[in-house]
Amino acid sequence: MKHTLSVLVENKPGVLTRVAGLFARRGFNIDSLVVAETESAAVSRMTITVEEQDQPVEQVTKQLHKLINVLKITDLDPSGSVERELLLIKVKADAESRSAIMQIVEIFRAKIVDVSAEVLIVEMTGTREKVSAFMELLTPFGVVELMRTGRIAMSRGKRAT
Amino acid sequence: MKAAEVILEALKREGVDTIFGFPGGSVIPLYDALYNSDINHILVRHEQGAGHMADGYARASGKVGVCFATSGPGATNLVTAIANAYMDSVPMVAITGQVSRHLIGLDSFQEADVTGITLPIVKHSYLVKDPTTLTRIIREAFHIASTGRPGPVVVDIPVDVTKEDVEFDSAVLPAMRLPGYKPNLKGHPKQIRAAAQVIAAAQRPVIYAGGGVISANASDELRELAVYSQIPVTATLTGKGCFPEDHDLSMGMLGMHGTPYANYAISRSDLVIAVGVRFDDRVTGKLEAFAPEAGFVHIDIDPAEISKNVVVDIPIVGDAKTVLPALLAELKKLDLSFDRRREWTEQVETWKREHPLAVKEAENGDIMPQSAVKKIWEITDGEAVVCTEVGQNQMWAAQHYLCRHPRTFISSGGLGTMGFGFPAAIGAQVARPDALVVDIAGDGSFQMTSQELATAVQYGLPVKVCILNNQYLGMVRQWQELFWDKHYSQTCMECQPDFVKLAEAYGAEGYRVEASTDLEGVLRTAFASDRPAVIDIRVKREANVFPMIPAGGTIHDMMEREL
Repeated sequence: MKHTLSVLVENKPGVLTRVAGLFARRGFNIDSLVVAETESAAVSRMTITVEEQDQPVEQVTKQLHKLINVLKITDLDPSGSVERELLLIKVKADAESRSAIMQIVEIFRAKIVDVSAEVLIVEMTGTREKVSAFMELLTPFGVVELMRTGRIAMSRGKRAT
Repeated sequence: MKAAEVILEALKREGVDTIFGFPGGSVIPLYDALYNSDINHILVRHEQGAGHMADGYARASGKVGVCFATSGPGATNLVTAIANAYMDSVPMVAITGQVSRHLIGLDSFQEADVTGITLPIVKHSYLVKDPTTLTRIIREAFHIASTGRPGPVVVDIPVDVTKEDVEFDSAVLPAMRLPGYKPNLKGHPKQIRAAAQVIAAAQRPVIYAGGGVISANASDELRELAVYSQIPVTATLTGKGCFPEDHDLSMGMLGMHGTPYANYAISRSDLVIAVGVRFDDRVTGKLEAFAPEAGFVHIDIDPAEISKNVVVDIPIVGDAKTVLPALLAELKKLDLSFDRRREWTEQVETWKREHPLAVKEAENGDIMPQSAVKKIWEITDGEAVVCTEVGQNQMWAAQHYLCRHPRTFISSGGLGTMGFGFPAAIGAQVARPDALVVDIAGDGSFQMTSQELATAVQYGLPVKVCILNNQYLGMVRQWQELFWDKHYSQTCMECQPDFVKLAEAYGAEGYRVEASTDLEGVLRTAFASDRPAVIDIRVKREANVFPMIPAGGTIHDMMEREL
């Protein structure tokens, strides 16, 4: 089962190494990792997705809590949170295929952000599943390259994540 | 004031009176400040020694141990000692020099990424880039090292930082900024009540106590609880001394080389009350077979230890010093008579009678290593501070040197560091100048840090090293004998120094004992001396440590004695 951990940390040098190293040491493989400043410049948020393996994820969250620079950890419940990923995809588009691609883009409420003679760059956001479905539909046209940011997630309702 | 002097002032404010260290290029300003300081500095012969001395000092005194090393190799030489302190949760602050800020990351002379290298083996670490943060960082380092679950903290300071001028006002205590660090000390009252209920109801309870009881200074509290509720106590290697081992309720150590009765009691118990322990594999053996009939109460200050190896029924996260009295108070409210447990305590007594730790004396007058430990115990009346090396010597010491007090048995439990005992003993002697400090050593381990004899002699620290010399790396040899078809691969030390001459070369006293009849006399002479001494005790070479439950085994696999 996949877990999405939202981890608030002090925005200091070396904190990412401490967090990432701890996952490796305790035998957890990080699927995706997003790090950026929060509303406070002194605090960063790491959104980490991990696959639960032999040991429960609780083992690693308890160890994470022991890191002095870690402030708060939330193991987000998928149904109680909104999650998004950002995708940039560069897809081959000639005169023939262009309109078909644009139709798919419209259906998915994605956005064309760069156009050239042979390719389009499309930006889209959505859940991991939606992003994957979108990618699948564009694949037959010929994908030059694609980039996904990894998941960010926020808990629903009044309470902060 | 120069930042180097500020560092020393900040250390003094934390109550530091002794530093173990070794100078080098990146710490010259620090040592220059030390030149006029009233802080006592012990010059070691290898930085690993400094780290283990700080460790032994901390375990013997309960204070934070402090060591200094220079950048690069000085700091990397500390790594084993830091890892050792981390595994056994020992409060320690290691201050390492670093190359100047503008040289960091350029593969400069004597540069090593010390915060990086030590990342997995520290409780926390700092690389100080701004001299104005020094006083805050040092305060935080001591706070982190000594509170919650104790551990080592590394403070890496570039040499140019120590040369800067900074303002220092000894009256102003810098505010700590540790928003993410809040150890839970109290223990949840509901959990404590629940624990009292199951303890009152248990028929065959056992207390399994560890190093956490000692670091919490909660030995008295543990004893009151055990005695009031008449629960037998077994302690781990690092917990030795947390409960008086000559007490009727003591069952000695448990686990791989534990006493048969402690292991029988655990395996028949219906309730294990675990205090300040982490269910290490050397204690549990095969996890599924560990205390198979028991429920578990686990008291620990570190929430990450709860249900890590064994899923527990009633976890209590808190400081043993606070939780144990609260638990006792709850038990007293229940006002039950514990007499009905007499059957259980009698059963434990029977096991003790029928399965004592047996030592078969050698017929030809050879010295049995177990008897040598017993003799040391007898002569010191169990009141010495005992340090050990790692291997057979360590297990024989744990089995046969019964401790009465906390902080009098100092051994590398988690990391199992050969060469730990002797420098740790020097550190313990600094902490307890009037105590008799004995390192129960093996010939292999002692050779890993024996150069610290010079340190012991230089500072007049009369540590007694009792080498149980079998000219083997005995514990590995024992495994080879029992599990590896007697392939004694590289475990025979064919060439050894003359330990008597070695001691004398450093200016210490050296003794050799070959016959059991001479042992007592030599030990008494050596222990009475006010100088450091090495006693080379030639023991029966093939003696093994029993009982033994092989790694990953169960109580049914226990080999009780020599075949």
